[in-house]
Amino acid sequence: MASAAAESLVAGVRGSRRASAGLWSDAWWRIRHDRVTIAAFVVLAVLVVLALAADVLADHVFHMKFEDQELLKAYAKPTLDPLAYMLGADEIGRSQVVRLLYGGRVSLAVAFLASLINMTVGIAIGLSAGYYRGVWDDIVTWSVTTLNSIPTLYLLLIFAGLFTPGPPVLIAVLGFLIWTGIANFVRGQTFALREREFVTAARTVGASQARIMIRHILPNILPLIFVLAAIDAGGIILIESALSYLGLGITPPTPSWGNMLTNAASYFVRAWWLVVSPGVMIFLTVLSLYLIGDGLRDALDPRLRGSR
Amino acid sequence: MRRFVIRRLLYTIPTLIGVSLITFLISHLAPGDPVRLYTFGDPNARPEDIEAVRHALGLDLPLPLQYVDWASQAVRGDFGQSILYHQSATMLILARVPNSLQLAIAALVLQLLIGVPLGVVAALRRGSVVDQAIRVFSTVFHAVPSFWFGLILIVVFAVQLRWLPSQGMLTIGKDDWDILDRLRHLVMPAFVLSLAGIASYARIMRTETLEVINQDYIRTARAKGLLEPTVIAVHAVRNALIPMVTALGGILAFLISGALVIEQVFTWPGIGQLTYQSVVGKDYPVVMAGVMISSLLLVISYLLRDVVYVLVDPRVKTG
Repeated sequence: MASAAAESLVAGVRGSRRASAGLWSDAWWRIRHDRVTIAAFVVLAVLVVLALAADVLADHVFHMKFEDQELLKAYAKPTLDPLAYMLGADEIGRSQVVRLLYGGRVSLAVAFLASLINMTVGIAIGLSAGYYRGVWDDIVTWSVTTLNSIPTLYLLLIFAGLFTPGPPVLIAVLGFLIWTGIANFVRGQTFALREREFVTAARTVGASQARIMIRHILPNILPLIFVLAAIDAGGIILIESALSYLGLGITPPTPSWGNMLTNAASYFVRAWWLVVSPGVMIFLTVLSLYLIGDGLRDALDPRLRGSR
Repeated sequence: MRRFVIRRLLYTIPTLIGVSLITFLISHLAPGDPVRLYTFGDPNARPEDIEAVRHALGLDLPLPLQYVDWASQAVRGDFGQSILYHQSATMLILARVPNSLQLAIAALVLQLLIGVPLGVVAALRRGSVVDQAIRVFSTVFHAVPSFWFGLILIVVFAVQLRWLPSQGMLTIGKDDWDILDRLRHLVMPAFVLSLAGIASYARIMRTETLEVINQDYIRTARAKGLLEPTVIAVHAVRNALIPMVTALGGILAFLISGALVIEQVFTWPGIGQLTYQSVVGKDYPVVMAGVMISSLLLVISYLLRDVVYVLVDPRVKTG
């Protein structure tokens, strides 16, 4: 008890030392002192760099392209000689590590772009519904409830099944179908904010409605939107991998972590190590994104401080 | 209370109309002419014949009229005949509902049995190694792709150790009521499906318990000399459980949606597996029945959640 009190006292003193800092510089200060979040950022950055450098690494380090086959090396166990088989070889002797690099490119690009679309659509719809209310809000609420009432994977499954899947289609399907959570959140926040004095003040001096929404309301929601974006991107990687696993996401020969898993799953009695590596990549990416989300939430939302 | 339930029931009508609109539009976006399918692409069919079939199937009507036709049949539970199985699509899906429910309920029970105690323990031992471990564990379980975890479990427990069966609901040839055999088949898929929920429950339960144990009535309970386990179990946990009901919505949605992949991994004969196979086989009547019925299950679970919420928390006004 006593130590907890002392801790909160120390925290209070620390807090007051930072009292003069603004939200963003304060958040930056907190993130720099949060080892877990920093570690997550580093892991994610390494994964992104590896994916971006896939071409260079494949040519100069592993000397193998992602479509290069060598049937005699099929199901090769992980070995350092040659380096290209450091994570083993698949059923037609393709290098697992090179395919993971290219797969990361696809998986990360899909996640970031789809998340960007999600955020844009969700913010636009949520902000306008919360601000204008009335009929538009009713339509939005109805659409959100409807989309939330169809189990996500069923919804994605039928859309992905309709169109020939490829990265652009997948980005569009994921981007335009999973915005409901963000829209709901933004709508709720806008509802509360539009009644605040600074909005009335802005209206009084003749600010246009678009200006009030974008310059006055949005900046107040923005911090938590970054949190949601990180978690959203993590969720999309999981969904993309599930869809690809079902054969309705990214289809071979383009490698993605999800379809590499499906492929490996059919041979897993012979070569279980092929199942492990794509799963670990997905897991690491999603975990870092979630941890970044958590870290940002702690840094940016003063109300949640001290709750953990 | 009755008024609340009735009003809540009425709210589901526009939702179901929305779901049916999406489902119907999908069948029309689907590539391929249904008349061609119906006439088996007969090259001898004259254009007049094609038109006659189109007219007979009502496919020459404007889209809104077709929707009304389709919806009025769907309301009566008729989604048409399966193209692959030549049986009523509704019956095919309904036959799978008990299997899916069995899996979902087993996962829900596991979540409650594992997630809630973990959260309470983490809160009571706040800041300790146990708390840290539980937090790491719940973040990790959120980030693991469930189907991958299922595959790993199959490798370990079915392929290497040979303790558990890797597929299906029953060993072929066993009696339908062999409960032990059923449980052995159920353990892995139910556990994998429950993972994400265990993680959420542990997290929410931790926060809520921390909130509750600082309340005055907990101090009162301690002051009047109740034993600590009684204080925690009867006074703290019961109150901390109330906000959990809200979280149930997302968890139920995941139990139905996530099951689709898990059923595929463990070849569990549920709605998800059949719907997935029908999407691959372009068997649209079954796809539509699958989407409508699984959505209906979700809408019913949301409804139940709201009713439970009102029942456990008397502070919520129902008027």
